[in-house]
Amino acid sequence: MSIHITINGKAQQLDVDPEMPLLWLLRDVLGLTGTKYGCGQALCGACTVHLDGQVIRSCCTPARRADGRSLTTIEGLSPDGSHPLQRAWVEQAVPQCGYCQAGQIMTAAALLARRPKPSDAEIDQSLAGNLCRCGTYTRIRAAIRKAAGIDP
Amino acid sequence: MIHEHWFEPAPRAPENEPDAPGLRIVRRSFLSALNLSLIGLAVGWFEQAEAADAKAPAASAAAAPGLQPNVFIHVAPSGEVTLVCHRSEMGQGIRSSLPFLFADELGADMARVRVVQGDGDKAYGDQNTDGSSSIRNRYEELRRIAATARSMLVAAAAQHWGVAPSSCTAKRNQVIHTPSGRTLSFGELAIAASKLPAPALAEVEPRPDSELEHIGRALPLLDAQAYVTGRATFGADVRIDGMLTAVIARPPVVGGRVARFDAQAALAVPGVRHVIEMPVPEAPYKFQPWGGVAVVADHTWAALRGRKALNVAWSDGDNAVYESERYAEQLTELIRAPGKALRNLGDTEAALGKAARRVEAEYYVPHLPHAPMEPPVAVARCDGDHCEVWAPTQNPQAARTEAARALGWPEEKVTVHVTFLGGAFGRKSKADFVSEAVFLAQKTRAPVRVQWTREDDLQHDYYNTVSKQQLVAGLDAAGKVVAWRHRTAFPPIATVFGPNHEPGAGDLQQGILDFGISVPNVRAEAAGIDAHVRIGWLRSVYNIFHAFAENSFVDEIAQARGADMRDVLLELYGPARQIRSLEQLGVSELRNYGAALEKHPVDMGRLRQVVERVTEASGWNQRKANGRALGLAAHRSFLSYTAVVASVVHDAQGVLRVDEAWITIDAGKVMNLDRVRSQMEGSLIFGMSLALYGAITMKGGVVQQSNFHDLKLVRIGAAPRQIHVSVIESDAPPGGVGEPGLPPVAPAIANAVFALTGQRVRELPISRTLRV
Repeated sequence: MSIHITINGKAQQLDVDPEMPLLWLLRDVLGLTGTKYGCGQALCGACTVHLDGQVIRSCCTPARRADGRSLTTIEGLSPDGSHPLQRAWVEQAVPQCGYCQAGQIMTAAALLARRPKPSDAEIDQSLAGNLCRCGTYTRIRAAIRKAAGIDP
Repeated sequence: MIHEHWFEPAPRAPENEPDAPGLRIVRRSFLSALNLSLIGLAVGWFEQAEAADAKAPAASAAAAPGLQPNVFIHVAPSGEVTLVCHRSEMGQGIRSSLPFLFADELGADMARVRVVQGDGDKAYGDQNTDGSSSIRNRYEELRRIAATARSMLVAAAAQHWGVAPSSCTAKRNQVIHTPSGRTLSFGELAIAASKLPAPALAEVEPRPDSELEHIGRALPLLDAQAYVTGRATFGADVRIDGMLTAVIARPPVVGGRVARFDAQAALAVPGVRHVIEMPVPEAPYKFQPWGGVAVVADHTWAALRGRKALNVAWSDGDNAVYESERYAEQLTELIRAPGKALRNLGDTEAALGKAARRVEAEYYVPHLPHAPMEPPVAVARCDGDHCEVWAPTQNPQAARTEAARALGWPEEKVTVHVTFLGGAFGRKSKADFVSEAVFLAQKTRAPVRVQWTREDDLQHDYYNTVSKQQLVAGLDAAGKVVAWRHRTAFPPIATVFGPNHEPGAGDLQQGILDFGISVPNVRAEAAGIDAHVRIGWLRSVYNIFHAFAENSFVDEIAQARGADMRDVLLELYGPARQIRSLEQLGVSELRNYGAALEKHPVDMGRLRQVVERVTEASGWNQRKANGRALGLAAHRSFLSYTAVVASVVHDAQGVLRVDEAWITIDAGKVMNLDRVRSQMEGSLIFGMSLALYGAITMKGGVVQQSNFHDLKLVRIGAAPRQIHVSVIESDAPPGGVGEPGLPPVAPAIANAVFALTGQRVRELPISRTLRV
């Protein structure tokens, strides 16, 4: 079966098992490796991408669900890595190992698109599904506030 | 500045334009990425130097033109400076810190620096990125490695001008003749300098610290842009033409074997290419592959479905007896009898007998998992007589050894490339997952990526050991501690390597033998027990539970005396002093993290200072007010001194929360202030996870946890609103940073929980007994 997905702005026709999770479609078929595997059960958020602007966990979302829709990954968040969140992330030197950070940024980007000035509670609630084993949470909060133009 | 992410982007597949970075590997692509024909990395393949400083590489027609006094540094005639990071990047920021260290000593302009990751090779000296050792073990040597190149550039310039080298300095990629102001760039000097003899490390003088521009400051994170754009290549992201993906069904019980499985069902899954039984490991297990059945497929999804279809039946073997609750009882029996004495000062038993008062408590800490966000993964390709590996390994030389062993080949035929590590914490210093990939690549004659799932990671880890401890203190009539006995029982890491199951001085050095308290009678005893899982080292290792018991126990003594824990702790530490003799500690040996006691004494003054600093910063005098309570703990580990104060509150639902925390470290001279801070922040969160939730428990020899629903980790909502880090300015030689933040975290939280609730925590995680 052919699936039509617009991925990072480009329409694609893909002949894949419609049950294949989007994560493996992105990573193994399309070579878009910025989206990470962390748990396979939608428990850690490393695989977070946007489907029509909404946060989804790509590890548990079958490819068929994206048919006819638009998918954005970390590679497509901004043309040159200059999304306000990406800039804030670099300024605050948020990442440690870096593995979960694409998922964190994608979740935060969807939050800011919806709530340009989120409260601390909204930040915590929104990012609750994204684990960071290195423990960068306090800097993640600071970077989101910075990108949103909220005074520290 | 140019900063390599190891692998050059391959030509993009047309259908992916313009978005897919499409990182692919072409053979030796990292060399072309260097844009040098052969430098450090390549030299390492063919030279068997004992250490990095052993000698400069032999002049080779293939060597890139320019100055290359050792395997770490190359200065090109263009002025480009290539610096090799030979340690693994796993979140500690070594790929920023090390280049800045070299550049600072060399006088290189960071805008002209290119960073290259070193392959696994003895030519670099030790590459085992653990023990918080990258800076602390080799700081002086690393300075001299760069000073060698600088002295040659300076000598070449001085020769050209006919002036004394001492009248010249190297700065911003040029050599300056100070009296005249004349300059020559590094690029102009590179060829001339390369013709000079390279001085021995001992002959070169590092710069005076006053000339340093980077070392000790908060330095930029060079890989930040790669991380935030998804372009950093982790082990799981390596792509090679024709690569297959394998997942392995591993025996649920250590030492278990495959009884039967349905290969046909797995092969019937579209995309599955091979079903291969893995070699059966023999005890001692060391870093052998785990056995089981591999499903090798075109992509991960097919491999996962194929594995499910295998329907393997297992024969569990002897370790099926392992039950955590029963095992805890056995450990308890051990600590209630005398163990092997590894520390003895005065006459502790007699002093306990005469004490006006005794305080006694027992503590339990369960197995802990590493759970790095990137589960183990490795890629291997065996072509004819050469094998290439790409892996997120902490120890590329050991990975090379293990890969060669799995192939039955000499090491020279194996190359190990180190990718970014998506977390590691000790897990990725074991090369079992590398051997799996190599074995399957050889069997299938195709490049293979072995991908561990989260379930595989949690259920087949090398766990931090499980322990029970008993502490007994004898107090005199005034309440002063006059006798201290610490018994610890656990299966040590040695159980992975052989039949020995007795903890030794090398294990008790972590927080017991170096606990330099000012008490006349001190005794430490250890007891061991057979392991039924593979035991490994997790960030700060035995310090985790030793620091937990000691700091909890001091709080118990304070409670018994009705005294302030901080005061009791400082009284126990005694006056500021540096302990440099084994006799003073009452031990016959102290590994001291591989450092001489003379250079790195047990410094009770530094331990006092971190306690004083952290209690001052946290407002310790108001330790219980406004619905919150503070808890304190401190610890020496990896030659650094750390203290933590945690503030604990009840939230609106009555759940205990850490709402704020303070951490102070004295790590001696620090290399990169910002990465020291980030390691302290990270240690605080890591420590919270193990204090509050994290535990691996066993039933029938099988790990009971399988994913993040039952192995809970701290999420952002549970993180403190603020983590206040303070780093003591110190001229002491560098200590460790990656691990020393962790040990005091759990006891500080436990002590705060007691202050708030009156409930003493003697067992981790706290979630076993309280709502957290």
